[in-house]
Amino acid sequence: MLVGRNGRSDSLALEGRVVAPAQGIDESLRITVTDGVISAIEPCPVGHLVVAPAFVDPHVHLRTPGREDEETIRSGTEAAAAGGYCAILAMPNTDPVVDSASVLGALLDGARQEAVVPVGFMAAISKGQLGDELTEMAELAAAGAAAFTDDGRPVVSAGLMRRALQYSALTELRLALHCEEPSLSRGGHAHEGDVSAELGIGPYPSTAESLMVERDLSLAGAEERPLHLMHLSARESIAALDHALASGVAATGEVTPHHLVLTDEAVRSLDTNTKMNPPLRAADDREALRDALRRGAISCVATDHAPHARQEKDVPFEEAPFGVTGLETAFSALYTHLVLPGSLSLETLLERMSAGPARAFGLDEPRIEVGARANLVGVDLDAEWTVTEDGFRSLSANSWLLGETLRGRVVTTVADGRIVHEAAR
Amino acid sequence: MSELRLPAPPSRHLLSIADLERTDVERILDTAASLAGSLEREVKKLPTLRGRTVVNLFYESSTRTLASFELAAKRLSADTMSLRSSGSSVDKGESLKDTALTLAAYEPDVIVVRHPSIGAPQLVARLTDAHVVNAGDGKHQHPTQALLDLYAMREALGRLEGLHVAVVGDVLHSRVARSLVQALSLVGARSILVGPPTLVPRGIESLGCEVSHDIGAIAGADVVYVLRMQQERMGEAFVPSLREYTALYGIGPERVREGQVVMHPGPMNRGIEIDPRVADSPAALVTDQVRAGLVVRMAVLYDVLTVLPVEARERAGVA
Repeated sequence: MLVGRNGRSDSLALEGRVVAPAQGIDESLRITVTDGVISAIEPCPVGHLVVAPAFVDPHVHLRTPGREDEETIRSGTEAAAAGGYCAILAMPNTDPVVDSASVLGALLDGARQEAVVPVGFMAAISKGQLGDELTEMAELAAAGAAAFTDDGRPVVSAGLMRRALQYSALTELRLALHCEEPSLSRGGHAHEGDVSAELGIGPYPSTAESLMVERDLSLAGAEERPLHLMHLSARESIAALDHALASGVAATGEVTPHHLVLTDEAVRSLDTNTKMNPPLRAADDREALRDALRRGAISCVATDHAPHARQEKDVPFEEAPFGVTGLETAFSALYTHLVLPGSLSLETLLERMSAGPARAFGLDEPRIEVGARANLVGVDLDAEWTVTEDGFRSLSANSWLLGETLRGRVVTTVADGRIVHEAAR
Repeated sequence: MSELRLPAPPSRHLLSIADLERTDVERILDTAASLAGSLEREVKKLPTLRGRTVVNLFYESSTRTLASFELAAKRLSADTMSLRSSGSSVDKGESLKDTALTLAAYEPDVIVVRHPSIGAPQLVARLTDAHVVNAGDGKHQHPTQALLDLYAMREALGRLEGLHVAVVGDVLHSRVARSLVQALSLVGARSILVGPPTLVPRGIESLGCEVSHDIGAIAGADVVYVLRMQQERMGEAFVPSLREYTALYGIGPERVREGQVVMHPGPMNRGIEIDPRVADSPAALVTDQVRAGLVVRMAVLYDVLTVLPVEARERAGVA
């Protein structure tokens, strides 16, 4: 269930090169929206903007409840609007953890007041995300949970994982998994490879991820249950996903902009905004991720938007928490670093940021057709802009792109029939 | 990416051996040698850094590094003070950032930083106007240790170019090994890292060294450099037992051949990585290393305060 602030629907018109890869549309069109619903689509002269189905982010940390100094439902959804998103899914690793219908209900009420963009809230797989006992999944689903995850932590026990796969069949909801074998990642702060060896940073090997990916895919296959793999980083994990897909496992996967653009070489800067979990990996891992995204084995771009207070990142590398923000930069970063150099087509990028994630979580795909609720993003591909600390709607500025000049900018976002973002001209 | 690469300007700090060029290393060692001459006089104090302030900020325990930085500053007539994490506001939870900003308010010329985490000296360098000298950060770098080791090798063996150095033991947790291998490679010496596979990280060869898991690989070396088993940094067992470690990699008299010298950065675990008979033998340069520590740290303080900024200005064309 996605919930946003109640309010009037808008009427507007957007024109430009309309690119809706999932629907096979790529032509100059004028889209008219009346009271939030697309009322007319007609040919028009070549325009300045690219207009596409708005984006869906399946992986956002809104830090609420507990760390409202880092992000709130309002600031996080404003950031999402600025990034071109019409829907986001929030993680339950808050304080308290979203593991009961009462916490979930309070968040849904909050979203009805504050959410600029519709939000779905995932609930935990295990109580307190401690990995011991399952949450009351049926009740959470009835109360409006969007999916289940213990994100931030793995489900360490294979037994509990199996039971979660079995029991979640009572709901229509997916399990989304953070794959990390803690006995291999313990003390790890950067990818195990030349860079960590040279710098002497605690190593976090690829096998810490891929071993858990293999285990969970194997369990999902045996239980004949679907599964979503979060923030994949290692080429071994992609190989396991390919193998599982070939043998019929209903698995989906996501990848973050930072894993698609950076490698562990970036860690040499000792900038704490290059520290995330899973860590930035080697160039051949990055190539495997790009390839999987192109092929569709990975069907979703997810930001893993993870706001952190300035004082928590202003510390030596190994003491800093994992995570970076991403909602406001995802499209521009990937357009600049993947589309412009020819590594990924614009069409594929737009599909993996919208229809792909919507399908993976059983959400309504944003579509451009008469009669559909308007969920549209307008992008100026020629715009150049520089990422600065004071330019964010997010309450946090721990971006890996600070100081970088990017090409392509979201100028208009329409979410659920309302204009939620219009860039100053 | 542009093909044109301008030479990096010399740093006003000493944060990592990776920031240095061969000429920087040679200049610091030569400065140290001339300072060593002056220390043989009856009055050992030089007026060179009179009026300058050197602050030592130590977040980890230390005997020789802290003592030698304090004494080095004093011998050069600088004002010096040392702050340890225990007994200071760090005990009260003050962040490194705030402690650095507090110290910076006294306008020190140099801040010497030791910290258990990689990147702490870089953070202090970013936050303050002082010249920052890294006295050990996590498992990353300990550049003055590498420089003093080169100095002691050059004194004992007369050269660095072409020397063959075997570094034995717990490389994984060792900032000393990382700095030393880089410094040896800069001056044209050859190094090989020897230790069990669980304590020699894969990929370390990219620093410019060879790797072996066989203690026999030390036979051809001019210098056997013994690393400390850092049990305090090990959250878990990387070797089945110290007994087996000593049997396989401990440096006893039978493993040291005539003409080899043996070094150790201290503090030593006698009877574990090094046999006391070796540690106390004439082949051991351990106390030479400690003496080298004083003059090399004097040279480093002199270097960051005088040589580098002048050169940086010249290279930038504003002198």
